Amino acid sequence: MALKTSYLANHVRTLKPSGIRRFFDATAGMTGVISLGVGEPDFVTPWNVREAAIQSLEDGYTSYTANAGIPALREEIANYMNDYFCVSYKPESEIIVTVGASEAIDIALRAILNPGEEVLVVEPCFVSYAPLVTMAGGVPVTVQASAENQFKIHPEQLERAVTDRTKAIMICSPNNPTGAMLSREEMLRIAAFAKAHDLLILSDEIYAELVYDDIYTSFAALEGMRERTILVSGFSKDLAMTGWRLGFVCAPEEITQGMLKIHQYAIMCASTMAQHAGLEGLKNGRKDVNEMRKSYRQRRNYIVESLNEMGLSCHRPEGAFYTFPSIRSTGLSSEDFAHRLLENEKVVVVPGNAFGESGEGYVRCSYATSMAQLQEAMTRMRRFIAQL
Amino acid sequence: MKLTATEIEIAEILEKDARLTNEDVAKMMDLSTEQTAEIIKKLENEKIIVRYVTLVDWTKIEGHQGVTAMIDVKVTPKRDVGFNDVAERIYRYNEVNSVYLMSGTYDLSVVIEGKTVNEVAHFVSQKLSTIDGVISTTTHFVLKKFKHDGTLYDSDDNKDKRIVVSP
Repeated sequence: MALKTSYLANHVRTLKPSGIRRFFDATAGMTGVISLGVGEPDFVTPWNVREAAIQSLEDGYTSYTANAGIPALREEIANYMNDYFCVSYKPESEIIVTVGASEAIDIALRAILNPGEEVLVVEPCFVSYAPLVTMAGGVPVTVQASAENQFKIHPEQLERAVTDRTKAIMICSPNNPTGAMLSREEMLRIAAFAKAHDLLILSDEIYAELVYDDIYTSFAALEGMRERTILVSGFSKDLAMTGWRLGFVCAPEEITQGMLKIHQYAIMCASTMAQHAGLEGLKNGRKDVNEMRKSYRQRRNYIVESLNEMGLSCHRPEGAFYTFPSIRSTGLSSEDFAHRLLENEKVVVVPGNAFGESGEGYVRCSYATSMAQLQEAMTRMRRFIAQL
Repeated sequence: MKLTATEIEIAEILEKDARLTNEDVAKMMDLSTEQTAEIIKKLENEKIIVRYVTLVDWTKIEGHQGVTAMIDVKVTPKRDVGFNDVAERIYRYNEVNSVYLMSGTYDLSVVIEGKTVNEVAHFVSQKLSTIDGVISTTTHFVLKKFKHDGTLYDSDDNKDKRIVVSP
């Protein structure tokens, strides 16, 4: 019998690989590169957190844990969400410890979507949102947040995109790649829209701790929103634990139990030693988080000021560790800008269109890198722009 | 003296890296260069910023000679002046790098830098232990510096181990 031309499922074959990956390949083998392309902290996980993982191995905690995660960790997550964000979740039935926030998003979408149901995805956004909706059998409907509105979505735009098949809205605030954060008033308007159309909000709050000017509000903390919010967060960004792959998801019991079924079949449980590390981070990591936040704020101020000075206009992001300057004044496309900057000056930035079509004309510059590196990167970019 | 949060943060920034220009510090703090210069001047005038220092790893330089010793010194405190009088007599020597008054089993901790072990030994026996009021000394030589003032010397920990591009 002849081989089929492709054994891949159609929806996987047509899935586009991440634009970021392509850019990563372009940097292979280059030396002397300064990267502003990294979507993770430049800090190493605090030592007490690493030490807790080592201790857990020494103590022989090497077996599976409960599907939803170690009870003590869920308890601590519940306390943390309550103390810091004023939302209460039952540790025994409304919290799942996941393999990074990425898994949390995946199981949330798979738990709520019937085939053909639509999800409003606010772009620019993290690269996985729309593909994960597709993989869950849903239809991503992208809504473009624009620079004129500081990359914040307006309910009128959502209103135009909503249909009777719409099930949920995906929002990340503070945002990757723009760093934009919704104010409480803006969130209230989106919440009213969600209520009016009976939609869920899938709220990616992974950067909630990295906020520099304002007080953070969780979607679940808004009146009447806890019941329609799936709150995704994790340990990667605030505790500098990206490689541990540890996140969590909080949602009303029915949805959580649905997600748990998928999680238990696909994953079983998050890595045991990572869970022990995360527990230590939640208990004793606040001082480190505060130090890191302060350092990010200084670097944000520095890079925003420097980019604007060299003519790359850039709004001041309220959170996360990204700036999203416009490169329109150079006349180049995002991809050309990024490629030529890499070739000429060996500075890596990520083309904005990797995060959605409204990202065209922009590049993402991460400031999660040392001040010395940032200074050098700014010098090189200034030189690059001057010679265009 | 009471400082504002901004003034304290500028002191922290310069403590980590004194080579940052006023312009850079101004950007980091979202202030004008003039405001920043003024605050730094004030910190200097008030001797809150005492000096700008550079950490040098001398062990990397071929032929470099140098030893550091930490000496525990027991002292009989004097009426009215306590330990100050003896501390003064010790810290005035150029060889002495630091002097701290300590809690615990001894009184002064003295850090001395010299070219050779002999030089330090000579200083301790001839100068330090003969000072009036010094009862005893215990000398510890530093064998290797791993971390100094919050900075790792020559460690893999300092390397950026992240991949170049990630989402």
